[in-house]
Amino acid sequence: MSEHSPLKALPRRENTDFDAIIEARDILTQFGPNIIHEDLNLSVKKGEIIGLVGGSGTGKSVLLNTILGLKQPEGGAVYIHGKDRSQMKADDRDSLNNQLGVLFQGGALFSSLNVRENIMVPMREHTDLPLPLMRELADMKVNMVGLPPNAATLKPSDLSGGMRKRAGLARSLALDPDILFLDEPTAGLDPVGASAFDELILNLHAAMGLTVIMITHDLDSLFRICDRVAVLVDKKIGINDSLDKVLAYDHPWVKEYFGGPRSRAALNAGEQ
Amino acid sequence: MRGTETYNKPNQKAGFSIEPADDVLRVNAWGHWSLSEVGELDTAFSAYVEDKPYHAVEYDLSRIEKLDTAGAYILARAIRCDTGKCFQWTLKGCDQGQRVLIEAAEKAALGRPPRPVRAWYDMFSRVGESVMRFYAEAYDTLVFFGRFMSVLVRLLLRPHKIRWKSVTAMTEDIGLNALPIVMLLCFFIGAVIAYMGANLLAVIGFQIYMVELVGFAMLRELAGLITAILLAGRSDSAFTAQIGAMKMRQEIDAMQVIGVDPYEALVVPRALACLISAPILTFFAMMSGVFGGMIVAWLGPTDISPILFLTRLQDTVGMSHFWVGMIKAPFFAIIIAVIGCRQGLAVTGSVDSLGNRTTSSVVQAIFTVITIDAAFAMLFLEMGL
Repeated sequence: MSEHSPLKALPRRENTDFDAIIEARDILTQFGPNIIHEDLNLSVKKGEIIGLVGGSGTGKSVLLNTILGLKQPEGGAVYIHGKDRSQMKADDRDSLNNQLGVLFQGGALFSSLNVRENIMVPMREHTDLPLPLMRELADMKVNMVGLPPNAATLKPSDLSGGMRKRAGLARSLALDPDILFLDEPTAGLDPVGASAFDELILNLHAAMGLTVIMITHDLDSLFRICDRVAVLVDKKIGINDSLDKVLAYDHPWVKEYFGGPRSRAALNAGEQ
Repeated sequence: MRGTETYNKPNQKAGFSIEPADDVLRVNAWGHWSLSEVGELDTAFSAYVEDKPYHAVEYDLSRIEKLDTAGAYILARAIRCDTGKCFQWTLKGCDQGQRVLIEAAEKAALGRPPRPVRAWYDMFSRVGESVMRFYAEAYDTLVFFGRFMSVLVRLLLRPHKIRWKSVTAMTEDIGLNALPIVMLLCFFIGAVIAYMGANLLAVIGFQIYMVELVGFAMLRELAGLITAILLAGRSDSAFTAQIGAMKMRQEIDAMQVIGVDPYEALVVPRALACLISAPILTFFAMMSGVFGGMIVAWLGPTDISPILFLTRLQDTVGMSHFWVGMIKAPFFAIIIAVIGCRQGLAVTGSVDSLGNRTTSSVVQAIFTVITIDAAFAMLFLEMGL
């Protein structure tokens, strides 16, 4: 599907600026007596693509919600652009939210609106652009994520799973965010669609200088597009480093995760 | 040849200059070409570019501080204008990412909305569509009813296959939990009828006839009708929403694949629960309505004592009216269960359809209940009951 996308393949953007754009410090998350995260530290540098992996139920999505401010951590703080999220004024938080784009697992498109209207929702809320221009920009986003032009007037229920993810990505890009969060972007896509999606994210990253944080179980994606991989084990980020170092990291779960037959296949494919 | 034209945004954050030269349009942009700034830039840029003759565009982006998709889209207006007069364009002083953005903006294909065209005959076509839809809905409901009856008969012959646990749970929800509201409502309606009747009958001096009025109205018609309407509003909508949500999440599909008949598992228990609840609710509704009338008769200006009220009720109203009211309850129950479940199963993937189906479920249920009630009224009149 990537041939539909007008974004040309680019060489990877080199990371020169190593400021931490997002930093989670000493996060404590618990549901009742259940401790999910304890003393969790994660820092994300500007312009990098970071993959977040961890076993099922280790709280990857919860961590994402904490960073997004959808959930208040029981302890610790999230710093975005060096500012504590919980200490921000409402206005600052609003303008910060405009710099964040999120692709939820199922796309989370508003089912009563068509794709174009979905993409226009953030623009309507946060900009005072004239309506025709919003419509045109929305159509451009539709085109950028590789959807056919007639998809703009379809309802989410008329789209396939892959198209819905693309439409969700288009909406998350509506305000040209600096930081993009992806929750399992390639889950449920066929291998062709998944690798096209990987390329799409790489190209957007290169074109717009995005910082991307993605939760994924897709080993191919990890090998293909992530600059660094953060591993969530034992209630904290065990290691957050380049893939080579993560592969060499001595932890039973990590060994099992990356040492399995699927991982070896993906690794071999990545090296070829 | 005209000279350079310059535009700066009032807040000085962005601007551009345009220099037409020998068929080439030189565009020099600076500042923040980003989403928050482009609103005014768009109008200005379009107006500046519109009437210029050119076949190629040269962009100089070396003074751009920030460019995002929106900015790129505006800049690309010069090369993707409708007339197709521009065939070449070059970029200066931009990085690779910005180049890709401009390229993407140039290729942005617009899927224009199909404009809803209204015509003078729309009204007729809409009336026609509604008539057809009415027939289709009625037909589908009858088909559903037929299938439901065959499943019901099959299950009644083998009662151990009925899901009694869910029948019990639903009866609690449909019947027991609805009891207070049904009784309260009927109490007030009985009281109002008694009060209005007493006032009217006082004119001709036959206040004692208010007993018959309350008795006839509550027993024959109102108790059953109020119960049915409350069931339609309370339970029928819940049936549609529950089954519709299950349909949306493919639970119904999963059931069928596993080999569970949704009619057996979902429709029959609801219908049986309605069948059990409706007569009981109707009975209590009657009692509470008559009680309301009695209280007004006693404490109101007419001063009819409860003993007198009940004796007169027994003498003049009689059991047949009670049975006329009660016999309708099971019919209403089946109507409500069938319509609620059918609309739930007709839900498709979207949230809109869930809302529409819930609405039409309640409307259809109330409509059908009142129609059937009218038919019964005529039937009993002919029978002389």
